[in-house]
Amino acid sequence: MFATEQQVRPHYQSIYERLNDMTADELDRRQQAANLAFLSQGITFTVYGRDEGTERVFPYDLLPRIIPAHEWATIEKGLTQRITALNMFLRDIYHEGKILADKVIPRSLVYSCRHYRREMRGVHVPRNIYVSVVGTDLIRLEDGSFAVLEDNLRVPSGVSYMLANRSVMKKVFPNLFGSYGVRSVDQYGQALLSTLRALAPAGRPDPNIVLLTPGVYNSAYFEHTYLARQMGIELVEGRDLLVHDNVVYTRTTGGLKRVDVIYRRVDDDFLDPLAFRPDSMLGVAGLINAYRAGNVALANAVGTGIADDKAIYAYVPRIIRYYLGEEPIINNVETYLLDDEKERRYVLENLDKLVVKAVGESGGYGMLIGPHSTAAEREEFRARIIAEPRNYIAQPTLALSQAPCFVEGNFEPRHIDLRPYILYGDQVTIVPGGLTRVALKRGSLVVNSSQGGGSKDTWVLYE
Amino acid sequence: MLSRVADNLYWMSRYLERAEHTARLMDVNFTQSLDQTPEARDRRWERVLASLNATVRGADLYGIVEGLAFEPGNTSSIAACIAQARENARQVREQISTEMYEQINRLYFQVRNTNRSAFWDDEPHSFFKLVREGAHLFQGITDSTMSYDERWHFIQVGRFLERANNTSALLSTQFTVLRENEVAQPVMEYHYLDFVGLLKSCTAFEAYCKAYTADIQPERVAEFLLLNPDFPRSVCFAAEVIQNSLSAIGRSTGQRHAGRAQRLAGRLRAALDYGQVDEIMADDLHSYLASIQRQCGQIHDSVYQTYITYPADIALAS
Repeated sequence: MFATEQQVRPHYQSIYERLNDMTADELDRRQQAANLAFLSQGITFTVYGRDEGTERVFPYDLLPRIIPAHEWATIEKGLTQRITALNMFLRDIYHEGKILADKVIPRSLVYSCRHYRREMRGVHVPRNIYVSVVGTDLIRLEDGSFAVLEDNLRVPSGVSYMLANRSVMKKVFPNLFGSYGVRSVDQYGQALLSTLRALAPAGRPDPNIVLLTPGVYNSAYFEHTYLARQMGIELVEGRDLLVHDNVVYTRTTGGLKRVDVIYRRVDDDFLDPLAFRPDSMLGVAGLINAYRAGNVALANAVGTGIADDKAIYAYVPRIIRYYLGEEPIINNVETYLLDDEKERRYVLENLDKLVVKAVGESGGYGMLIGPHSTAAEREEFRARIIAEPRNYIAQPTLALSQAPCFVEGNFEPRHIDLRPYILYGDQVTIVPGGLTRVALKRGSLVVNSSQGGGSKDTWVLYE
Repeated sequence: MLSRVADNLYWMSRYLERAEHTARLMDVNFTQSLDQTPEARDRRWERVLASLNATVRGADLYGIVEGLAFEPGNTSSIAACIAQARENARQVREQISTEMYEQINRLYFQVRNTNRSAFWDDEPHSFFKLVREGAHLFQGITDSTMSYDERWHFIQVGRFLERANNTSALLSTQFTVLRENEVAQPVMEYHYLDFVGLLKSCTAFEAYCKAYTADIQPERVAEFLLLNPDFPRSVCFAAEVIQNSLSAIGRSTGQRHAGRAQRLAGRLRAALDYGQVDEIMADDLHSYLASIQRQCGQIHDSVYQTYITYPADIALAS
């Protein structure tokens, strides 16, 4: 919000003035109104490991994050470029493997990835689209530019909060919002539906599209019901589906109904007990065969996790150059690969300055934050890195940018990131906005909802 | 509509009807048994338990009441039924109206948060009333916030099948107290309370009095609860609703095999429509009631076979 200590950045000027005019009581009243709106709409997520009161409201911060048009234009271009290249990479990996033959990426790195799916070798996916729905985490660096922290190419979540934050914002600050020239995000449901429709198998002009959820106990169940309603499609569980002669059906009161496209919010591992984990109760036996036969489309495709592996991440700039012959528009955060001997030596010597992450983990687990670590922790990670270098990467400790938040009656700075949602069907569509996540604990760098994160509405301006 | 959704809506409705029935039965019988001799009281509760098809292990009056109100292991207990109904509603939350979900959720928490000493302190009556009213409110909200489409008809079928079953089971156990020659007579004093209790257990006392005056005769009680076409807790009324809803479901799904469930429902309704109470009583009331319960079971099975658990290869062949 502030460029320097005293100077407000221009696109925040008007909101700054309006907020200065409001009393703390009035702001507090609006915060209460917002919280109530979330609660009564049942916009909650599930906290695991407790019997009672497992549903919680996702904390919502009253102050919007504002992104001016020219910054958004860069983000949009950069993400489109990145998704296009990653999608080409996935197709290549599961077919000819040119990028491996040309030694741009080490073969061992791909084949050792936990999310690589041998079952997908040579499988044709509709329109060669592997990643239809993507959530990419961006952070703002000290020089003001954006960088990609992480790609989420499997089953990214959180988009319902983007939509719900906006609808609450419009109710709580109608005048301020109306005067600002903010681009709409409400078309997301429609855009997602046409993205899914584009994947329908040939000869199915009016495809039956369903959303596959793990069920009511999943932490994102609210989002699943919300998106199904927004799109007007059926919300199904694994037990509602069956496969016969490589065709997928839902069991309805009117008989069996053929399914053409599945927007699945179930991980690869649980999709089909015949192909992956045999103990999965969430999937559908025979689904993968129907998929390979081309009778049903899955969004996202199986095996996309290879492209958001944290070690592959370090190669994304090279992937972009290789397939598109362009320089990346949005950069990566600088990343050290630990199976490279030179980089490993540097990292081991500088563990106290770096962040070390396990490649297979997410949600802020399995990390060493160098400057906040003890000597014992560093020794432990040193041993682990030497034992299994492929499983770790290191990055410089980043100063995540901060934004003011309304905390207990005061404005206080908190660390934030941004997750825009990218849809890839007939064309690439990025709804102008995203989920701005906030680390609500003072000084914390962790924005994950499971670890005390909250969110803000994100305003992308017309100009 | 997904079969799983139909399944959940059907059971949500059945469980809630069962909870309401149990609450009413207990309320009436608990109050009435307070001024009975211990032997009469024991016989009364034996019948209540038999009509609910429930057992409560070696308990006195208070133990039985508590068991039927709260025991989670007892599938007929009020708390267990409401927890089940709420779980069914939760599974299909996006298919019912927000108001419905809020109401069943509220009722669930009210029942769950009642502790046992408070239950006895505040009089059991107020607890049973809370359950009854909570269930009525849910039914009212259902009827006024939902489209009367397939989903609503499955809710109706669940509710009225449960009701037909409960009313006939209750009648059957109640009439075991009479010796054969007493049936056609005005009831003796010591049976009077039992028959008023029976009517009240079906909220039928006032409606009965309007139809027949307060002259309580077993034969008329049986006629009213079995064959009255206008009273919403009579078996005949339930059969009509079941038949209508099954026809509506058959039409909207276009199921080829819908005929069996509809035929069974039609047969039940016709038997009740054209039934003569004197013939039924002269013949054998108990086997007549047993046959009604058997037919309810058949309707349930055929609904499942047609709409919910049908074999996939038959559906593919058709």
